[in-house]
Amino acid sequence: MSDFTSSFWSVFVAAISIIGVLYCAFLLWFSAQVKVSAHQTEDGTTGHVWDGDLREMNNPLPRWWLWLFIITIVFAAVYSVAYPTLGSYVGKLGWTSQGQYDAEVAKANADLQPLYAAFDAQTPEKLSTDPKAMAVGERLFMNNCAQCHGSDAHGSKGFPNLTDGDWLHGGTPDKIKETITKGRIGQMPPMAAAVGSPDDIRNVSHYVLSLSGSPHDSVRAALGKSKFGACAACHGMDGKGNQALGSANLTDKIWLHGWGEEAITAMINAGKVNQMPAQEGRLTPSQIHVLTAYVWGFSNQPATAVATDTAK
Amino acid sequence: MNSADDAKQRKTIPIVAAPAGADDEAMVSLYAAAKKIYPRSVQGVFAQWRWFFVALTQLVFYGLPWLEWGTRQAVLFDLASRRFYIFGLVLYPQDFIYLTGLLVISALSLFLFTAVAGRLWCGFACPQTVYSEIFLWIERKIEGDRSARMRLDGADFSLEKLVKKWYKHLIWIFLSIWTGFTFVGYFTPIRELAMEFFTTHMSSWELFWVFFYAFATYGNAGFMREQVCKYMCPYARFQSAMFDHDTLIVTYDSERGEPRGPRSRNADLTKPQLGSCVDCTMCVQVCPTGIDIRNGLQYECISCGACVDVCDSVMDKMGYERGLVRFATQNAMGQKWSAKQMLQRMLRPRVQVYAMFLIGLIAFVLVSLSLRTPFKVDVVRDRSTLSRITEVGTLENVYRLQIMNASENAQTYHLSVRGLPNIRIETETDVKVDAAQSRWVVLRADIPYGSSEAGSHKILFEIQAVGTDDFVVEKSVFIVPR
Repeated sequence: MSDFTSSFWSVFVAAISIIGVLYCAFLLWFSAQVKVSAHQTEDGTTGHVWDGDLREMNNPLPRWWLWLFIITIVFAAVYSVAYPTLGSYVGKLGWTSQGQYDAEVAKANADLQPLYAAFDAQTPEKLSTDPKAMAVGERLFMNNCAQCHGSDAHGSKGFPNLTDGDWLHGGTPDKIKETITKGRIGQMPPMAAAVGSPDDIRNVSHYVLSLSGSPHDSVRAALGKSKFGACAACHGMDGKGNQALGSANLTDKIWLHGWGEEAITAMINAGKVNQMPAQEGRLTPSQIHVLTAYVWGFSNQPATAVATDTAK
Repeated sequence: MNSADDAKQRKTIPIVAAPAGADDEAMVSLYAAAKKIYPRSVQGVFAQWRWFFVALTQLVFYGLPWLEWGTRQAVLFDLASRRFYIFGLVLYPQDFIYLTGLLVISALSLFLFTAVAGRLWCGFACPQTVYSEIFLWIERKIEGDRSARMRLDGADFSLEKLVKKWYKHLIWIFLSIWTGFTFVGYFTPIRELAMEFFTTHMSSWELFWVFFYAFATYGNAGFMREQVCKYMCPYARFQSAMFDHDTLIVTYDSERGEPRGPRSRNADLTKPQLGSCVDCTMCVQVCPTGIDIRNGLQYECISCGACVDVCDSVMDKMGYERGLVRFATQNAMGQKWSAKQMLQRMLRPRVQVYAMFLIGLIAFVLVSLSLRTPFKVDVVRDRSTLSRITEVGTLENVYRLQIMNASENAQTYHLSVRGLPNIRIETETDVKVDAAQSRWVVLRADIPYGSSEAGSHKILFEIQAVGTDDFVVEKSVFIVPR
């Protein structure tokens, strides 16, 4: 018990437990019989009289009842030795709740092994048409992914929409699997210094807006074009981004971190680090395989494009 | 007996301890070995009623799980998938209120029956009585009646004793396992269970419960018997609180019976020295709880009427009038009422009130069962993403709806939403759910961006079972960010 700096509470708890059991045993022995004068035993009373004439009958309990008490005391003793009962004592059996949990998880994984083995043998493309695999995938998604990406996988600000066919790091099954397994760190460095004055930054923002045909100031956009070179290193001269670097495509109307001049200016000034956590420690490779197929299916199989289509 | 008078006269008397160290003091144990009771077999009206109830309850208990309803077991409490099938009814855990209704109905019936005729349940329908009766019947068939059994138990070890005892226990154990098996058959499909049982493929939990229940049956009906009623059953004890002076109880007519005593068959009863009781002790011998009813009402009495039956047969043999031991009320006994007068008191206000409540509650539960919507919906809002603004100028909220189909057919449900101007559902609005299944549906609702003020708005989802009049309205909120 590392929770405490001294063993006082451990000893205290153990002592209370032992004293409690011993007291029960004493009470049992003490109260099992009663002192009665001989002439009173004949009328079946204990000899106790209240209010002048109210006498206490001795209706003995069956002896097996007494045995039940004794069994509980013996059980308590055996249990205390075998299991971690007394303070920080760990028990002879070495049982822990953590150990039991691990054993149950291992057993569940072993039970599911044949199911996942069948899934592992198929490509994600094939798997995304298998209703059984997709039912598993839906449950995995709801338990592990929906917290950020939303139950409908449409994401939200800062959390990518997985259904729109736009991929920062690539939308092939291999790339999706890599993203889930290893996670991703999306990094937009602060570019204010490289771009120039605050006015230059505004101009670049309008140029970026113009790339996707969004509402923009065309004069500023024209002025900003020359300053876009600082961005082109990652986003490309045409602004279409680079999946190898994880840089966003600026020519579509998908804005993970918000759109409009204000949002883009803020992004250029402050940059952004956005993280998809790695799942390899939490999910098994087989689970990730099924999830890959499920996520890939959002944008590649109209039949399973919506999470709702897999019935539970 | 008036408590007010009692209080007036009450005086304080100190508890005086017995003088210590007196010579005649002895330690007496408050525990004693339970004495085995050998109830004698009995024939008569009440014995017939009891056997009728044994047959009825056991036919229902052993037979019910084998009935089929369509393609499934008619009565099945599927704990794993949390569906409770009772013939045409499919209940979800959310229908727990009906179990509460059932329990309240049971409790009220108990009040009613106990007020009218005491421990009727104990004497005739309680599983403890019913199984004890069955086990006792087997015991009697193998070892003989009371005296033969007492002789056998007292006899030294012999081959005959060994064979008889083994034979008895074998049949008991078989019956117990069958009982345990049937019990588990209410919770897991009994036909599959039978297959598993005979191919020894039962899961360890099924196996545990079969044998646990079998063990309980074997122990309670074979060995514990009346001790369960006397020492373990709380219900047996608190029933006496529901008795009053107009409750039918098994009573010995002591005025008629006393002074008791044996006599020759042609003794003259008109002679005042002897009552009707011939002191044959048959009433004691047949009693399953081992009491002497002639000592008056005792907490052990389960109102089974065995002593009534046997005493009537003795009275018949003696040529006396029946009813020395009979079901009667305290008032009827004390005031020498006729049977008619006694039965008139039966419908006293207390009984009427119980009956009224009981009938009202049963009607209420039946009506609410027949009117209930055959599906349920839970709405769970996505918790992490409060709302989002899309590129096309809409504001979205995401919900998950669990649609629970409590009907026996696949059903399509139409989803709609209201509560905000221009709110609409973007995802599919017609959802099919298989019979007795539940399904989670992800639902995305949106409004035009800026059409509502920032804050949390109450909205209502209406789910209509297509082709029926049944619909469910569920509340939720739509969040508009600042």
